[in-house]
Amino acid sequence: MNTPNTLTVKNLKTHFFTKAGVVKAVDDVSFSVKPGEILGLVGESGSGKTVTGFSLIGLVDEPGRVVGGSILLNGDDLARKNEKQWRELRGKKIAMIFQDPMMTLNPVLRIDTQMIEAIQAHEKISKQAARERCREALVRVGIASPDERLTSYPHQFSGGMRQRVAIAIALLHEPDLIIADEPTTALDVTIQAQILYEVRKLCSETGMSLIWVTHDLAVISGLADRIAVMYAGRIVEQGSIDEVLDAPLHPYTKGLIESVPSRNKRGAKLYQIPGMTPSLLNLPAGCAFSSRCSAKQSDCLVATPEITQLGEERQVRCFHPVKQEEMA
Amino acid sequence: MQSGIVMIAMSVIVFFGVNVVGDPIDMLVAPDADQAEIERVIRDFGLDKPVWQQYTVFVSNAFKGDLGTSFIFGESALKLIVERMPATLELAFMALLMAIIIGIPLGLYAGLRPNAISSRLIMSGSILGFSLPTFWVGIMMIMLFAVMLDWVPATGRGDTISVLGMQVSFLTADGFSHIVLPALNLALLKISLVIRLTRAGVREVMHMDFIKFARAKGLSANRIVMVHLFKNIMIPVVTVLGLEFGSLIAFSVVTETIFAWPGMGKLLIDAIQQLDRPIIVAYLMIIVVLFVVINLIVDILYSILDPRVRLQDAAN
Ligand SMILES: Nc1ncnc2c1ncn2[C@@H]1O[C@H](COP(=O)(O)OP(=O)(O)OP(=O)(O)O)[C@@H](O)[C@H]1O
Ligand code: SF4
Ligand SMILES: [Mg+2]
Repeated sequence: MNTPNTLTVKNLKTHFFTKAGVVKAVDDVSFSVKPGEILGLVGESGSGKTVTGFSLIGLVDEPGRVVGGSILLNGDDLARKNEKQWRELRGKKIAMIFQDPMMTLNPVLRIDTQMIEAIQAHEKISKQAARERCREALVRVGIASPDERLTSYPHQFSGGMRQRVAIAIALLHEPDLIIADEPTTALDVTIQAQILYEVRKLCSETGMSLIWVTHDLAVISGLADRIAVMYAGRIVEQGSIDEVLDAPLHPYTKGLIESVPSRNKRGAKLYQIPGMTPSLLNLPAGCAFSSRCSAKQSDCLVATPEITQLGEERQVRCFHPVKQEEMA
Repeated sequence: MQSGIVMIAMSVIVFFGVNVVGDPIDMLVAPDADQAEIERVIRDFGLDKPVWQQYTVFVSNAFKGDLGTSFIFGESALKLIVERMPATLELAFMALLMAIIIGIPLGLYAGLRPNAISSRLIMSGSILGFSLPTFWVGIMMIMLFAVMLDWVPATGRGDTISVLGMQVSFLTADGFSHIVLPALNLALLKISLVIRLTRAGVREVMHMDFIKFARAKGLSANRIVMVHLFKNIMIPVVTVLGLEFGSLIAFSVVTETIFAWPGMGKLLIDAIQQLDRPIIVAYLMIIVVLFVVINLIVDILYSILDPRVRLQDAAN
């Protein structure tokens, strides 16, 4: 309980200054991750998950900017780093695995080139030694005949293989934190399960922390220790995986859970949250979820709900949290 | 196979096309020649036969490496052109080199800093390069650099030395000072093209996920630009430049005329004025062959640069 956090994010704000106005893609987001812990970051498309990930690794592109908050990695505030310091951190202390495995590897460079450069960016090490490390990393993510694979080009790999290579690259320096942005969504179910199993094992073996971004609750339920639910740039609920999944407090979380097929009662019609994610450009006054919320009351339209802290790790951002007897 | 068809088609078009324009006899005989004299000349040059027969003669000779004899010089047309070829090739290569050395860095800069004032200047400059006519720029260059500033000679080709059996001039100081201006003139269009291509490539590739992933690995900006970005933008640039090399040779006609550069282009212009059909036909046939060869080389280069193409070929 008292182990220091690997990562503590406080009031993070990342806004995009577009011609049409300011898009608050990440707005006042706070969470933390302990060593060896897996945090699931869940939310619909456009809720700000990827932007959160990029903010943590200092790769928010124009017209976006981190405009507020702090990102403490082992007590060190990243929000104050200059580009040179960021470069030293990226890949070494924080690594990221991207959403689309087909596009993360450079199509015209061989796998060994792309892996060795990742090592040499942070260590003075001979090419031979670096190559040996790359081999081991490929074996670790379950790639057979690594020597042959090293001299291949990305297009000779399937999507699943490419994602394994990306994971292997992320693991090269055994970083303190890995951000995995929906790394398995593009893959088929069996490969997804394999990768999940391997990642879970690697986390507990090496003690590194993992933020697993997804919009798929089913994936997260077998993997994560804790869960944070994002909606319209904000975290609306977080807590341990069991608490949140068994007893969701936010109406949005409840809707998400009810729309997972496997959890549904057999034969019952699959539930779907009505409406769509609102445009982040002009959010309605009051609670951003109000237009889709079945528990909405008049006060929801007036003020934006603040975070209510319930116990050490449990939070919810709602005026009228779900009462537990409703979840029968 | 394909190139064979192209060459046959071209030879037909060129041969018959040339035969439609003008009557070379007027040029070949003295104005006061009598009828017998004229008929003798016509027979000597094989102009009494129907065009299709002239063509079959031309083709069968062509297979023996004989593209006809110049009406004016009385020498083998092929030999005349090949003699002039090094000068033109040299000029075209020089222009290509300038397009690469000047165009790629400027395009890279403009692509990486799209909003900088200097980038906008570069892009406006490239539009000028596209729209100003080559001959006008050539004359202005002569006025400015040769006449007013007297930095380099205005026209002609300088001293040559023999390299691998070819007479080249750019390796001698005198030759170099002669070639700079015409080469730059010829390169102008291509420099603009390379700037635009490079910039467009940079803008496109920099937004790709793999560039962001490279940054996420902690690579230096230098390595990202020089390795990850560069290798990707070189594919279109090399392809287009390779194909444009043919047009450099073709366009050198204008430049060679302005700068009195003794190349194939100048020979062609003279031949057109004098209706020296064999030279025109031979020149155009050689250009066709050059284009075919260039295409082949570009294909090879392309497969070296792009591993996706390389492996597809290996699989076939
Ligand atoms: N370059 C940009 N310019 C303007 N707005 C942007 C930009 N990038 C992202 N956004 C905004 O940020 C919001 C969050 O995007 P983000 O990619 O983080 O969503 P996500 O939760 O990862 O969704 P998905 O599940 O589809 O990946 C989007 O609604 C989008 O409007
Ligand atoms: S604050 Fe009101 S509108 Fe928003 S989620 Fe809670 S109940 Fe629904
Ligand atoms: Mg995303």
